[in-house]
Amino acid sequence: MSRPLRILAAAAALVAAFALWLAWPDLLEPAEIETTPLDLSPERIAEGEYLARAGNCVGCHTAPGGALFAGGRSIRTPFGDVYSTNLTPDPETGIGNWTTADFWRALHHGRSKDGRRLYPAFPYPSYTYVTREDADAIFAYLMSLPPVASPRVEPALRFPYDSRFALQVWRALYFRPAAFEPDAEKDETWNRGAYLVEGLGHCKACHSPRGRLGGIDPDAAYSGGKLPGGGWEAPPLNPSGTMTDAEAAELARLLSTGISKHTAVSGPMAEVVFTSLQHLSEDDIDAIVAYVRTLPAAPSAPSSRRPFSPERYRDVLAAGATIYRERCADCHGRNGEGSPYVYPPLAGNRLVTAPEPTNLIRNVMLGGFPPSTQGNPRPHGMPPFAHQLGAADAAAVLTYIRTSWGNAAPPVTAADVERR
Amino acid sequence: MHRTPLLVLLALCAAAATASTEQSDNDPEMAERLVACASCHGEAGRSNSETYFPSIAGKPAGYLYAQLEHYRSGRRRHQIMEGLLANLSDEYLREIADYYARQEPKWTPPSLPEADARLERGRALVEDGDPALGVPSCRSCHGDRLTGIAPTIPGLVGLRAEYLSAQLGAWRTGARRAASPDCMAEIAQRLSPADLGAATAYIASLPLPEDHSPAEGPPTSLPLDCGVVQ
Repeated sequence: MSRPLRILAAAAALVAAFALWLAWPDLLEPAEIETTPLDLSPERIAEGEYLARAGNCVGCHTAPGGALFAGGRSIRTPFGDVYSTNLTPDPETGIGNWTTADFWRALHHGRSKDGRRLYPAFPYPSYTYVTREDADAIFAYLMSLPPVASPRVEPALRFPYDSRFALQVWRALYFRPAAFEPDAEKDETWNRGAYLVEGLGHCKACHSPRGRLGGIDPDAAYSGGKLPGGGWEAPPLNPSGTMTDAEAAELARLLSTGISKHTAVSGPMAEVVFTSLQHLSEDDIDAIVAYVRTLPAAPSAPSSRRPFSPERYRDVLAAGATIYRERCADCHGRNGEGSPYVYPPLAGNRLVTAPEPTNLIRNVMLGGFPPSTQGNPRPHGMPPFAHQLGAADAAAVLTYIRTSWGNAAPPVTAADVERR
Repeated sequence: MHRTPLLVLLALCAAAATASTEQSDNDPEMAERLVACASCHGEAGRSNSETYFPSIAGKPAGYLYAQLEHYRSGRRRHQIMEGLLANLSDEYLREIADYYARQEPKWTPPSLPEADARLERGRALVEDGDPALGVPSCRSCHGDRLTGIAPTIPGLVGLRAEYLSAQLGAWRTGARRAASPDCMAEIAQRLSPADLGAATAYIASLPLPEDHSPAEGPPTSLPLDCGVVQ
């Protein structure tokens, strides 16, 4: 072969390899997916409703103040906004003319009935682990809902992320359809937890750092992530890599009631507990905890923050201590001890000592109520301080609580507070 | 005939409600749960009259519940209110609304300069309305004493002019909406910003009437078709 020809052949081979790589997630999709019969028995619908709650489908697929599952909620991503779709059985604008096979294809392969590849704001990299049986039950539940006409809203993504080619590249990089493989070495509870956390629960979607293209490095999964849109951090799920039985029991309590001896959920996690986790059975919550406690420790991120020197901060700490006594100590205790299951302690609270103070600042400035749940139907609320504390005062009291009673977290600056 | 027990029950409830308005903050346990609300709306929902935040003590329970629900669903917008209420149950919101409805309002109107033309225009709108503009008097819907009509029409007396005019302005632009047909929006749109300012300044100058409980309702006839009473 002549030299130019060889170059040409090599180039062609490269192009072919790239095309193959690009099409790989699609090639893993069978040409025909079996349509199973739709079982609309009350038992099947109830089962599907439970699973839909475990997947928190309603969290995205219902707009604020909108009809249940009619979609239209804007989902913020670093690449622009996408809008959730209508999952009611309306034949024109919902999924009323879908079959169980179409629904399975969306969940397992990330592809819509009309063949469009779906944006991964729909967490199909997690949902792909859901079994066909469970997918069919969820579909039966959705088909039992009242149909609502609510047309699809086009995504508003920035160039180049708005192209279907970009989506294809993303899928080739980060998505493979897969089935959940139980670990024979582990017990049934652990495997159930793994299935819920990795699959329907899609916990990884928030609790993992994402790269520039929005992909998750499997080695860093569950080590904590920043939520798009700014404002909240999803903490690492098993920060130290160890969890005592007592801590595990408190985590179970946190997930099902929104409050534990150590802390309370806030921000997006309060919504997850309110709309999803509080409805799960005790067994499933225990299973989730059994799995979470075996996740590897989060790699300790090198802190960009300056080390703390009490001398430099003497005046700040004195001001912070005064503000604390006047405004915080009544509920959280003179020594940050709190009151179990009512007012979270601040001493040893991971929300207080997180390397990034984002969630802490939001809790103090905007206030909040833990969710109403069966186990805590009438929660006590944290007052918002945005109207009462200037940035410097807020930074002082936060620095004080982050460095008192055994807490040893980096100080908070007024600029941090203003940026929240 | 079988209505009599119901009427007796209603009378008893009304009596109980009246009795409880005589002493405020009669539920320290609930007050403790709601310190988050008190930080802006004041203890027992009686906001400090120096702040923008409205006093919510003694407003009709149905009105308060509707507002809590609107904030929770994002229909009424306020970053902090939406965040606070996002994950609270219907039952708890109802309990919160009932708690504040039971509290005794307190209000010292700001001292105003002697009646001027603006305040006079405000008085006319509040007392008589403006038939030429198709605007009924405020009293014709918000109660003779301007203390609202149970269960869903809010009182106006005891609120600062800044808060009232901000709300009417929001209704005028569509930023705040009530249940459809939204009669408040219609009225706000028929009035000029100057008229809205005049009416709210006048309302804010009024003292709390002796009987500051909401009028008994629901109202039987209103000058406009209002979704909130349907």
